[in-house]
Amino acid sequence: MKLELRGITKRFGGLVANNRIDLVVEPGQIHALLGENGAGKSTLMNVLYGLYQADEGEILLDDTVQHFRGPGDAMAAGIGMVHQHFMLVPVFTVAENVMLGHESTSRLGALDLAKAREHVRSVAARFGFDIDPDAVVGDLPVGVQQRVEIIKALSRDARVLVFDEPTAVLTPQETDELMGIMRQLRDEGTAIVFITHKLREVREVADKITVIRLGSVVGEASPSATNAELAALMVGRAVELTVQKQAPQLRDGGLQVRDLRVLSAKGEIVVDHVSFDVRPGEVLAVAGVQGNGQTELVEAIVGLAPKVEGSIRLDGTELVGKSVRAILDSGVGFVPEDRSEDGLVGTFSVAENLILDRSTDPLFSNAGTIKRQALDSFARARIQEYDIRTQGPDTAAGTLSGGNQQKVVIAREMSRELKLLVAAQPTRGVDVGSIEFIHKRIVETRDSGVPVVVVSTELDEVAALADRIAVMYRGGIVGIVPGDTPRETLGLMMAGVPETEAAA
Amino acid sequence: MSDAVPQADHNSAVPSPPRANAILKEILRGSAVTTILALLLAMIVGGVLIAATSEDVRESAAYFFSRPGDTFAAIWHSVYGGYEALFRGAIFNPKANGFVAQIRPLTNSLGFAAPLIAAGLGVALAFRVGLFNIGARGQMLMGVLFAGLLTFSLDLPMWLHLPLALAAGILGGALWGGLAGLIKARTGAHEVILTIMLNYVALYLLMWMIRTPGLLQKPGSNQPISDVTPESAQFPELFGPSFPLLDWGFVIVLIATAFVWWLLERSSLGMRMRAVGENPHAARAAGIGVERVYVYAMLFAGGLAGLAAMNQVQGAVTTGFTSTIDAGIGFDAITVALLGRSRAWGTLAAGLLFGAMKAGSFSMQAQGIPVDIVLVVQSLVVLFIAAPPLLRAVFFLPRTDVEKAARMRAKAAKKAVVA
Repeated sequence: MKLELRGITKRFGGLVANNRIDLVVEPGQIHALLGENGAGKSTLMNVLYGLYQADEGEILLDDTVQHFRGPGDAMAAGIGMVHQHFMLVPVFTVAENVMLGHESTSRLGALDLAKAREHVRSVAARFGFDIDPDAVVGDLPVGVQQRVEIIKALSRDARVLVFDEPTAVLTPQETDELMGIMRQLRDEGTAIVFITHKLREVREVADKITVIRLGSVVGEASPSATNAELAALMVGRAVELTVQKQAPQLRDGGLQVRDLRVLSAKGEIVVDHVSFDVRPGEVLAVAGVQGNGQTELVEAIVGLAPKVEGSIRLDGTELVGKSVRAILDSGVGFVPEDRSEDGLVGTFSVAENLILDRSTDPLFSNAGTIKRQALDSFARARIQEYDIRTQGPDTAAGTLSGGNQQKVVIAREMSRELKLLVAAQPTRGVDVGSIEFIHKRIVETRDSGVPVVVVSTELDEVAALADRIAVMYRGGIVGIVPGDTPRETLGLMMAGVPETEAAA
Repeated sequence: MSDAVPQADHNSAVPSPPRANAILKEILRGSAVTTILALLLAMIVGGVLIAATSEDVRESAAYFFSRPGDTFAAIWHSVYGGYEALFRGAIFNPKANGFVAQIRPLTNSLGFAAPLIAAGLGVALAFRVGLFNIGARGQMLMGVLFAGLLTFSLDLPMWLHLPLALAAGILGGALWGGLAGLIKARTGAHEVILTIMLNYVALYLLMWMIRTPGLLQKPGSNQPISDVTPESAQFPELFGPSFPLLDWGFVIVLIATAFVWWLLERSSLGMRMRAVGENPHAARAAGIGVERVYVYAMLFAGGLAGLAAMNQVQGAVTTGFTSTIDAGIGFDAITVALLGRSRAWGTLAAGLLFGAMKAGSFSMQAQGIPVDIVLVVQSLVVLFIAAPPLLRAVFFLPRTDVEKAARMRAKAAKKAVVA
């Protein structure tokens, strides 16, 4: 089925979220919609899916004008959506989720689960993966949950499939598998819209690329375009994608982790006998597939993990057993992996967030009262220095874009005297322009003689920043290798293959 | 579909906070406009109820089709009369003799408002820290229990006795609130369960004490009532005996309001408290002792409820207290805090409004309007405020916070690129 959007305009009050957007997606084609966060991609797809009504323009399927009053109409017309935030009921089984919304029932009104199960099995067989129709969705890994979404979308004979930022939550392997599924769907004649802001994926899988900036189509590109060309189209200016950095100037001291074991609240070993050093002036990147103990390792370093055995020494001082407060006070800067959960208080102003961990600092408080003038001028200086795009220090941090929120966190952590910087997923969900900025800042911190630990699941980021790479697998470190180790070797190590075998 | 929100930026996979938190936040973030609209709507519905329950209206409605004017006149008379009586009883009574008597209703309102404001501040403060403090009642009861037990039998000069009794009452409330906070911090038990159950513990403890000679029971009495509040521990009237309901307790409550404002909006402890209320995960990652903040918050909240209790026994009811000394204030406090959006000055305003309604309800009753109508109006105000979507639907207010945030974000992005 051919999908065509003609002159779609959607306004929210005075803001034009989509400005006369034209888009044609042919059957058997993967059409990538590329744009930064807030460019209007999701709004456009919500218009297509009937969640919003367009103010102007029309939607055509096979050259017939459609009027969708809600997602039900869109689904009936053959449009399926794989949402970024899965629309699944966690306590339902796979089969129950798939049939939800168009349940078929037997004569007495009982649910006909057998049919749904059969459907799940047939789709899974078609794409060559294994899925238990009776598994409870909440127990499944994220990548498998996404497959349930895909099965659900396909169960209503979708001929146009929209993938809204599908890789944001996936590991590299899961991403590769998803792309395989997308290609297979395309070859079977489905029209696919692939929404993303990740350049590598676009170039790998897309047949056609449309770039959106500030609600308007700014250009089309072919998959043969370089990353730099695509990034420039997306951001509207030339972007430096690789970080310039000199050889590390190592000094003595730094972080020494010895025989670290971290237990989860349930008592499982999540970090298993991990030892490594990070010396002042170098970046150690911790690579690995999400969920192999990186999160817990970082939590242990900053004192957030409940049960920690072993030793973590910073310049000779033991950190294990100290409170988060004491660890931060000893000069540890911490960029949490989930900024909206752990990094920021969304309803607080940018200024308040900039001193979230320093409310008792005499710089900002006097006899228990916050010094508002000092705070304001501090915030203004940081906003300037870190190029935080906000209306002012009093704007609620939650209203900023992902990249600017992350800059607030980075600015807060880097404006103290640091002895160690721990940055977990520092550029997750951050736009290209901000990635460039944040990477530069991290390298500057390293060059000022601070040991830096960067945890990242993105190999691009690991390659850009690392002087040495520690690869984690199932809570242990598979090996610590130089920063220029080939991607293939790292990929194998991330799957648990020891360094010696992986390099061979 | 829960996806029906504008998503200019939905890139980070954020687990949504517990539903209760989201509801609380939406209530707290409403604007002054919605508050006023809620009031207006409640007055309108209240007017309908006044008209519907009026004898005159019902009689004239019986011959509505022959003389409709009569019905409208009766409706106008009853509704206008009702609200006019509310005004007369709560603010200014032009029919009274002399200015002092004319203005007395206003001072009555302030007097009624004082304990509502104090207890409301306690609930509001806990709300801001993300805690549903349903325990204002128990905290008030523990306040009077402490004050009665420790200070009523003393024989001291007023300058010492009055503040001592007040301090004992605040301490009692603070300890009871703090106990709930401590148990939550230590064990993770939910504060709603804790505070509700501690209400019962406080209630029956107090009932037992006022029935037990030698503890709180009035000497020489076999009634379940405490000794009278000693003269030297009573708040003096603020403007003399012509205004019997307004005493210095109201001034203390004003000071408490200013303190809570400073604590929440200006102090560094308050910033930590708000951070815990808005996002405990981020607070913990920023080195804030979340558990400790819970205990502090409940200590303050309980102390404010204790202050409310002392406004009762040191001002309104000095003839000895029973187990109903809280007079429903502990629960009205939740309403007052919600109406005041959990802001210090908002709670003050809401408390004043409720005080006025209480004062005015007596003259409405004299007008022949059932007192329940006033209570219904009060409840409606809160219903409308606590249900922003309902209010938006009634007044066709389209914009939710989510939409607003998306707009602001897009605007900022636009500006940033232009710059």
